[in-house]
Amino acid sequence: MKHNFYLLLILAALLAACVPEKGPQTLTVMTHDSFAISEELVLAFETEHKVDVQFVGAGDTGTAVNKAILAGDKPLADVFYGVDNTFLSRALEAGIFESYASPLLADIPDEFELDPEQRALPVDYGDVCLNYEIAYFEQNNLAPPETLEDLLKPEYRGLMVVENPATSSPGLAFLFATVGHFGEDGYLDFWRGLVDNDVKVVNDWESAYYSEFSQWGGTYPIVVSYGSSPVFEYLFAEEPLDAPPTAAVIGAGSCFRQIEFVGILRGTEQRQLAEKWIDFMLSPEFQADIPLQMYVFPVNANTQLDETFEQYLYTPDAPASLAPENISARREQWIADWTAMVLR
Amino acid sequence: MLPKTRPTLLWLLPLTFLAIFYFYPLGRMLQLSLTRSPIFSAPFIAALTSPAIRGVIGFTFWQAGLSTLLTLLIGLPGAYLLARFEFRGKSLLRALTGVPFVMPTLVVAAAFSALLGPRGWVNLLLMRVLALDAPPITFLHTFTAILCAHVFYNLTIVLRMVGDFWGHLDAHLSDAARVLGANRSQAFLRITLPLLAPAISAAALLVFIFNFTSFGVILVLGGPTFATLEVEIFYQTISLFNLPLAAVLSIIQLLISLAMTLLYSRLAAQLSQPLNLRASQQIQTPIRGHKTRLFATLWIGLLLTITIVPLLALATQSVVSFQGQGLRVFTLAFYRELWLNRQGSLFYASPSTAMGISLAYASLTVLLALGLGFPAAWALARDRTAPLNRLLDAMLMLPLGTSSVTLGLGFLIALAQPPLDLRASPLLIPLAHTLVAFPFVVRSLVPALQSIQPRLRQAAAMLGATPAQVIRHVDLPLIGRAALVAATFAFTISIGEFGATSLLSRPEYPTLPTTIYRLLSRPGALNYGQALALSTILMLTSIGGMLAIEKLRVAEIGEF
Repeated sequence: MKHNFYLLLILAALLAACVPEKGPQTLTVMTHDSFAISEELVLAFETEHKVDVQFVGAGDTGTAVNKAILAGDKPLADVFYGVDNTFLSRALEAGIFESYASPLLADIPDEFELDPEQRALPVDYGDVCLNYEIAYFEQNNLAPPETLEDLLKPEYRGLMVVENPATSSPGLAFLFATVGHFGEDGYLDFWRGLVDNDVKVVNDWESAYYSEFSQWGGTYPIVVSYGSSPVFEYLFAEEPLDAPPTAAVIGAGSCFRQIEFVGILRGTEQRQLAEKWIDFMLSPEFQADIPLQMYVFPVNANTQLDETFEQYLYTPDAPASLAPENISARREQWIADWTAMVLR
Repeated sequence: MLPKTRPTLLWLLPLTFLAIFYFYPLGRMLQLSLTRSPIFSAPFIAALTSPAIRGVIGFTFWQAGLSTLLTLLIGLPGAYLLARFEFRGKSLLRALTGVPFVMPTLVVAAAFSALLGPRGWVNLLLMRVLALDAPPITFLHTFTAILCAHVFYNLTIVLRMVGDFWGHLDAHLSDAARVLGANRSQAFLRITLPLLAPAISAAALLVFIFNFTSFGVILVLGGPTFATLEVEIFYQTISLFNLPLAAVLSIIQLLISLAMTLLYSRLAAQLSQPLNLRASQQIQTPIRGHKTRLFATLWIGLLLTITIVPLLALATQSVVSFQGQGLRVFTLAFYRELWLNRQGSLFYASPSTAMGISLAYASLTVLLALGLGFPAAWALARDRTAPLNRLLDAMLMLPLGTSSVTLGLGFLIALAQPPLDLRASPLLIPLAHTLVAFPFVVRSLVPALQSIQPRLRQAAAMLGATPAQVIRHVDLPLIGRAALVAATFAFTISIGEFGATSLLSRPEYPTLPTTIYRLLSRPGALNYGQALALSTILMLTSIGGMLAIEKLRVAEIGEF
């Protein structure tokens, strides 16, 4: 009995050593754990290019970026999707991508193209904005906030929950919104005001949204989430609703736009296929698949969006803007200063 | 003495495993981190010796010590209850108290929120009964929440490791003491406690190290004002990309864990002694008498309140509609939705598929962990005091004390590049789980192996049994129960594990926890409801798995 057991162990070890190969060639795509795609789209790509596409997960965005950087000149995949503009500088400085001027960039508005050397190409975006529970404000005869400045008013005391920028990506995006809006000299004063107005800080979006936000299990009617959260509340309601139960605050400079990028990893041996994959991700077919798979929105201007999105998606006219070089240079400092001001 | 097998031979397999899947990735990660910038620069030293970091280290010790103490205070009487009394539903109680160990942190947070959150069942009830406008209890994001969650998670370690050992202790020893004039507490303090010491210290060490390296609980239930070393390492690695500082903090955490372990193994070597273990049937008695009945009722109630009530709150929430304020209506909508792949997503997995994948990983982990754990435990039990064994003993615990952020990244990098390219292999997951389960398996097996009377083996050998026959007919039956405990630990560790799985998994093979996390990270009632429903399914799967392991017929002590 014991011998069989070890035979099994050795078998398992052997299995580990030889990974089965399917297609004639393999393209490896590394992604963060929010990545999702329709099965038929992948099959179509695989058939067209006679390739077996293999996806490897790499944890959340920050972990995935670190992983790609630490792998150095021996890339772990051919393509990496999922670095966003809050981590972009870290990836570009480490030189993990090869440039690729995809012809499809022509269909993508310039505002999304943050890397002039085209090493990281934009795929999708999401706006981090304040959300509020509509019913709360109606029942209490209170006007919902419209700008960031409003949040300092006494009537909003103790009504807001935000995520820690050190541990949460919407939290970081919201910190960037305040830096963009109030400037480097002013944002800490704004946060001091928020602390005085009893802002609640938690570490992750799930806790903020599902445990503290009054739409769900909590008592705070204002939460940092996405401009798209209301429309998804509507689409994924238990029973069909007439309108979303929540709304987003999109006043000037109150949102921050997260843009996610894809790039060819330096040192790939599948450069041609990798280019094809990137063109595929920027094509209208893939782009139209994005919202319901990944809950973010396409950058390709030719993409047809579902009518519901046209109706209920909150899109700020003027999201707070921060130059990537500025983020790159100051990111860690802002987080550290914020931590010292708000938490300690 | 155990049957003659060269200790080096016994160590070969476990050490090879550790070398490839622990030391190599960890070493590679530390090397990559520390060579990124000169570490002995002034700003670096200043950061390392800052009051903030000192505060973090202090808090890490404080919360771990207090959590461990609480877990022992509640767990030891519980272990006594399970060990000495026979009552209906005992194996169910044992399985139920083990469920928390399986649950991923975000799910536990959702459970505590459903029970004690601002709009949890308890607050809603109190608000109604006392006619209050605001929820009276603030539980989430407090130090209390951290302590409760740690007790919730780790109670099963004490119940199983101490309870199962206690259940086989010969009650005649303390009876003899009583006859000789000792009172109840004297008999306990002078006879039972010293005999139990190896099992208690083993359990306490595991609980302490788990709490010491706590990450998810601190982050999600504690909130931003609390930070352990592990949280600080995450912060330095991911948020600040200060890899050299993260590496040094990892090393500090590792050294502290190592020191604790060495202290323990020194202690354990002094404490362990051969015992006459008895079949549990001979020891356990039905619950009789007022005092005993009261104690049993109280403690069963306490154990269930701590471990099961939060999970029950979560399960209840998965079958009630969120719509319609105040009035809560029963619904199975979330369960139905789980079986639909509305978006035709490539990474969709039905609950049965995800359960199948989770069970496959868990079974492989049990096989691997037992296969590697047995020889190691054997070698250790032969002679714990040998310097080589003492060192190796401590080494086995290292994976638990190691920063999972550091080791996780190391795993990704070292094992995904030649010479060992496993990046696309689904086997990486059971291998990573085995690393965590391995110390548990060894800790569960060693006390049982050590307590086997050498005379039994000598007698068998004298009567002409070959070493293999001695193992088969003497040792295996004696440690059957311990092997079950070990298998249960390996199973539960694997089935609920999220961190390593999310790092290493191929998205096409989602497990129950990774699917739950994906659903939880999205807004909308259907998504949240499905996450709760799938968490309930994970709970039931683990109860089923644990009951199945208990049912495996392994010869009990005394049956030969």
